[in-house]
Amino acid sequence: MEIEKPIVVEGLTKKFGDFIAVNSISFEVKKGEIFGFLGANGAGKTTAMRMLCGLSRPTSGKATVAGFDVYHQTENIKKNIGYMSQRFSLYEDLTVKENIRFYAGIYGKSNSFIREKTSVILKDLQLENTADKLVKSLPLGWKQKLAFSVAIFHNPEIVFLDEPTGGVDPVARREFWAMIYKAAALGITVFVTTHYMDEAEYCNRVSIMVDGHIEAMDSPQNLKKEYSSASMEEVFLTLARKAVRSDE
Amino acid sequence: MKQFFSFVKKEFYHILRDKRTMLILLGMPIVQIIIFGFALTNEVKNAKIAVLDNSKDLATVAIIQQIKASGYFDIEKNISGGDDINTAFKEGKIKMVMVFPQDFNKDLHHFNKATVQLIADASDPNVANTLTNYATAIIMNYQKRITNDLALPYTINTEIRMLYNPQLEGAYSFVPGVMAMVLMLVCTMMTAITIAREKETGTMEVLLVSPVMPLKIVIAKAVPYLLISIINIGSILLLSVYVLNVPINGSLLLLIGASILFTLTSLALGLLISSVTDSQRTAMFIALIGLFLPTVMLSGFMFPIENMPWPLRLFSNIVPAKWFYTIVKTVMIKGVGFSMIWKEVLLLAGMMTFFLALSIKTFKIRLA
Repeated sequence: MEIEKPIVVEGLTKKFGDFIAVNSISFEVKKGEIFGFLGANGAGKTTAMRMLCGLSRPTSGKATVAGFDVYHQTENIKKNIGYMSQRFSLYEDLTVKENIRFYAGIYGKSNSFIREKTSVILKDLQLENTADKLVKSLPLGWKQKLAFSVAIFHNPEIVFLDEPTGGVDPVARREFWAMIYKAAALGITVFVTTHYMDEAEYCNRVSIMVDGHIEAMDSPQNLKKEYSSASMEEVFLTLARKAVRSDE
Repeated sequence: MKQFFSFVKKEFYHILRDKRTMLILLGMPIVQIIIFGFALTNEVKNAKIAVLDNSKDLATVAIIQQIKASGYFDIEKNISGGDDINTAFKEGKIKMVMVFPQDFNKDLHHFNKATVQLIADASDPNVANTLTNYATAIIMNYQKRITNDLALPYTINTEIRMLYNPQLEGAYSFVPGVMAMVLMLVCTMMTAITIAREKETGTMEVLLVSPVMPLKIVIAKAVPYLLISIINIGSILLLSVYVLNVPINGSLLLLIGASILFTLTSLALGLLISSVTDSQRTAMFIALIGLFLPTVMLSGFMFPIENMPWPLRLFSNIVPAKWFYTIVKTVMIKGVGFSMIWKEVLLLAGMMTFFLALSIKTFKIRLA
C-alpha cells in the first residue's frame, strides 16, 4: 500500500489538566519529505511528537501516521516508524553488531534479512572493522550515525528524529544530514526536531511551534522571504519572542 | 517469540559484560553462607578466663579440672588477690573470673553449702550470659556427682529434647534466612536497577516506540535474574547440605518450587519499584531500605517476631520474606509436606500477582 501523505494531523490537542501543551495543530507531511519541527523549549514539540509515535493519547483532534489512527492503531504505527532521540539510544555495553541485531530482532525481521542489511550498513558507515567492538568505544558522531541506521533498519515509512545531532561537531552533523537526505531519497519520510537553525535550512519544509500552536509553516526560503530575514535563525527568533511560556 | 528472545539475549549480554556485578551476584550467597556458617555463631569456645582459688582443695581442683576439660574455657591465668580481678578484666582478654572462697571443700562437707562466685565481663551481654550458664552447668554436674549416693527424697528431672535441631545448630535458622536475603537482593534490586538504567540512558524511549509490548520488555528483563536466582538457590542448598550439614528433611522439589515462587515475588516487587522511579540511584535506595532491611529484620530470621510490639508484628505480615522463611524452615528442617505450608504459598502467590498487576498498571499510566 502506497501512502501519499504519511502524516496527516488535524486539530490535534493535548491537555494536562488545565495546561494545554499542544493546542489544535494541523499539518500534513508528504512522502519522502524532510519536515523540520521547530520550537523553543516548552513549546510542545516533544508532546506532539509523542502523540504521533503512539506514546501519548491525544485529548482531541485527528491524526494518522503511516495511514493508521493515533487513537486505536498505535501498534500498527509502531511497526511502521523508526525513532531516534537526542539521548543516545544504543546500548553502550553491546557491540555494534549486537545493537543492530537486537533492534532488528525486536522489529521481528528474519535472520537472512538482518545478516544482509547489517553488512550493508557496516560498509556504508565504514564500521566493518569495529563491528565487534563495544559501542562505548565509538566517537559520538559515529554513534549518532549508527543510531540513525538502526532507526531506519526495518525500512519504516517515517523516521522521527528528536534533536538527533545534539552535542555533535559540525563535520559530523553535515555527514549526518547527508544520511538523512539519502534516507529521504529512498522514500522514507523524515520528521525532525532540532535546535540548530542551520539545520532547519536543510529541511524541505519547517513548522515553528510557539506556546502549543504552529505559528508558521513553509519552506525555509518562503519563511525567510515572509519575515524578510536573512536566515532561519532570525525567523525563529522573531517568532519565538512572542512566547509567553518558558521551559516546561 | 523472536522479539522476546532477542530481548533476553540482550539482557544476558548486559549481565555477562559486567563481570564485577555478575561475580557479586553469584558469589554473594556463597560468601554469606560461609560467613554465617563459620564466623557468626552464638556458641562460645575457648573463652579466656581467670581463676582466683583461695581454697586450693580437693573440690576446687576437681571443678577447675572439669572446667578445663569442657573445651569452652581456657584458663588464662591464676590470680591471687581480689585486687587483681579488676586488672585482669581491664587487660581485656579475660571474659570471666571464677572466685572460690577459703575453705570451699570444708564448707561444702560440714555445712552442706558452699559458694562460688562467677564474675563476667558483661560489656558483651550475650557472651557473659553464655559463659556463666556453661560454668554453672559444669559446677552442677560436679555437685550431682558427689551427691550421687545420697539421693534426695524428691527430685524433678527435666528431660529436654530439642526437636528438629538436636544440636541447636545456628545453621538451621540462618540457611533459610540467607536464602530469603539473597533472592530478595538479586531479584528485587537488580531488576529495579536494570529498568531504571534504560530510563536513564534513554533506551527505554526507543523500546516504547518499537512494537514490543511493554509486558514483554518487563518479562524479558526478569528472565536472566530468575536464572541467576535458580543457580543461587542451588549453590546455597548444596553448601548447606555438604558443608554445614543442614539436612533437607522435606521434599527438595517443594523447596525449590517455593524458592522460585519467592523469586518471582521479588522480581515483581523489583518491577514495581522500577515503574515508579527514573533513576538507578533511587531504585537502589528503595530496594535496599524499603525491602532489604525489612527482609532482614522482620522475617523472623534475625529477631523473633513474637517479641516485637504489635505494629511491627502487623507490618511483618506484608514482608514476603517472612512467609518464605517460614516455608523454607518448615519444609527443610521439619520435613513436612505441602499440606502444612499451603497458606504461606497462597499468600506469596497472592502478593506476586498483586505486585505484578500493580506494576503493569503503573507502567501503562506513565505512558499516557
